[in-house]
Amino acid sequence: MKETKGRFGIHGGQYIPETLMNAVIELERAYNHYKNDPEFNKELNYLLNDYAGRPSKLYFAKKMTEDLGGAKIYLKREDLTHTGAHKINNVLGQALLAKKMGKTRLIAETGAGQHGVATATAAALMGMECVVFMGEEDTVRQALNVYKMRLLGATVIPVTSGTKTLKDAVSEAMREWTSRIDDTHYCLGSVMGPHPFPTIVRDFQAVISKEIKEQILEKEGRLPDAILACVGGGSNAIGSFYNFIDDKDVALIGCEAAGKGIHTFETAATINTGSLGIFHGMKSYFCQDKYGQIAPVYSISAGLDYPGVGPEHAYLNDIKRASYVPVTDDEAVEAFEYLSRMEGIIPAVESAHAIAYAKKIAPAMGRDKIIVITVSGRGDKDCAAIARYKGEDLYE
Amino acid sequence: MNKIHEAFKNRKAFIPFITCGDPDVDTTKAAILEMVKNGADLIEIGIPFSDPTAEGVVIQGANIRALKGGITTDKVFDMVADVRKEISIPLVFMTYANVIFSYGAEKFFDKCNEVGIDGIILPDIPFEEKGEFLDVADSHKVDLISLIAPTSDDRIAMIAKEAKGFLYIVSSLGVTGTRSEITTDLDSIVKVVKENTSVPCAIGFGISTPQQANEMSQIADGVIVGSAIINLLKKYKNEAPKYIGKYVKEMKEAMD
Repeated sequence: MKETKGRFGIHGGQYIPETLMNAVIELERAYNHYKNDPEFNKELNYLLNDYAGRPSKLYFAKKMTEDLGGAKIYLKREDLTHTGAHKINNVLGQALLAKKMGKTRLIAETGAGQHGVATATAAALMGMECVVFMGEEDTVRQALNVYKMRLLGATVIPVTSGTKTLKDAVSEAMREWTSRIDDTHYCLGSVMGPHPFPTIVRDFQAVISKEIKEQILEKEGRLPDAILACVGGGSNAIGSFYNFIDDKDVALIGCEAAGKGIHTFETAATINTGSLGIFHGMKSYFCQDKYGQIAPVYSISAGLDYPGVGPEHAYLNDIKRASYVPVTDDEAVEAFEYLSRMEGIIPAVESAHAIAYAKKIAPAMGRDKIIVITVSGRGDKDCAAIARYKGEDLYE
Repeated sequence: MNKIHEAFKNRKAFIPFITCGDPDVDTTKAAILEMVKNGADLIEIGIPFSDPTAEGVVIQGANIRALKGGITTDKVFDMVADVRKEISIPLVFMTYANVIFSYGAEKFFDKCNEVGIDGIILPDIPFEEKGEFLDVADSHKVDLISLIAPTSDDRIAMIAKEAKGFLYIVSSLGVTGTRSEITTDLDSIVKVVKENTSVPCAIGFGISTPQQANEMSQIADGVIVGSAIINLLKKYKNEAPKYIGKYVKEMKEAMD
């Protein structure tokens, strides 16, 4: 079989309707032009630094380190960026690119609402129209983010098809894009979908690992032993890993949402439980049945509640450069509370999956070892849902 | 060339679509027999997929109902094997890449040969990715049918030159579903197609009325109708086949 565009090993590709082909070709062409354009990069860096608050801090979690009694733990504070999550890095890049392409309207999918809020924010900033597709179930789980998007001037469309979660929001955004391409850019929120999205989103998120590298060298004079990040589609994880891929001594660990456990059907741990397939524009691993029907996945975290994973992660898993571990709802909620009390940092429930796994491995590592955990977002949005999970009758 | 070209011989082809297993396979089989009896020239049988991203709400609904009813790819093959005993017109599948990929392409196309499927339409396999299934489809003499969209522009010639079976011309932007008006300049698209291939072309997406069928049949070699038929199934359920037969007859007459 002839090698096609946008491949990571056997993964990736462009499995999309013909209607969208010229749109992704146009996007690829524009991206290849602007990524090396000094003016574009100057504008983007200005936005990332002066608007979004980069570089984000690399914080030494002293209490957590002492409490766990093993490896030194650093937290990469993406939660401190504007809109409260790493999603803004990608969105500012794509919105600026879309604007240069002459697009006046952004559409996006969102799970937890972080990408939707970031897209609505960039649209407001750049004077663009914005429509966000969000699974109806997620509009309930993340009601505050729905309000924020509307406040920012976006239209939020609750998606009632399928499982009414992130997967269906992606499908609906794709359908919308096929109906209106001329003035519309689909601002995809993760390192997934058809080429060139996995590459574009990765490049815009790679600023995370670029900064980690500079910051850890300054603080410790050496590279870390492990980098941990949560993985749904995988954008904060690939951003955290990317500039370390060639540094073979740095372990790259992606933490998947196991939901109620990888031996139950209520899980979203794609690499741990899925199989190779073709969906949402890409070849990668998916949770599916033996006939290729996409499984109705589950996680407490709306942002990780997705049945697929970005093709570059699938590839890093295949070549064993990164490992992907499952973390359950219970473990994530426990870590959510732990980091809040231990460090006074309330992490997004998505990021709490990475915190939970660090808690498992750090005690067994020597005190001379260093772990970096990416706190992809802040947990304000999750407080009510976690309270309910713990049996409290709290609504926003 | 396999038997798909027979559907277009000396006439404009009417191509109805049906989602297999909505609401059950017996109804699908009965509907197919009615379609053939009333003049269908080629039938497009949908193998349900959980997340049909190229479909509008009507066919999405059919996919969900069929899957809830317990349809599987194997049961679709069984239905085709069964109905094949009574009909000889060309049959094509319409499904998504993952359905074939997960089944195993070799095994899938073996089964196509076994039950008598002549072509396959995959809306999520564009020209660039057809290598995924092309060799195995070719070796089984099953036509991998290409689609052309209103946005295809400079891609039309490239796609048409390698077309097999027939070319599926998507009439409008967006997903499947009935439309009151089709505004794409289909004449120009068909002109480029004809300059580049002798393979017939059929127009689909948004066509539901006899008047539209008549108009489209003047432009292209065939007309594809899906959502209007699914609407009849949704309304009449297992009583739908006779209404579908009547509808196919009206559409076919409008094209003559």
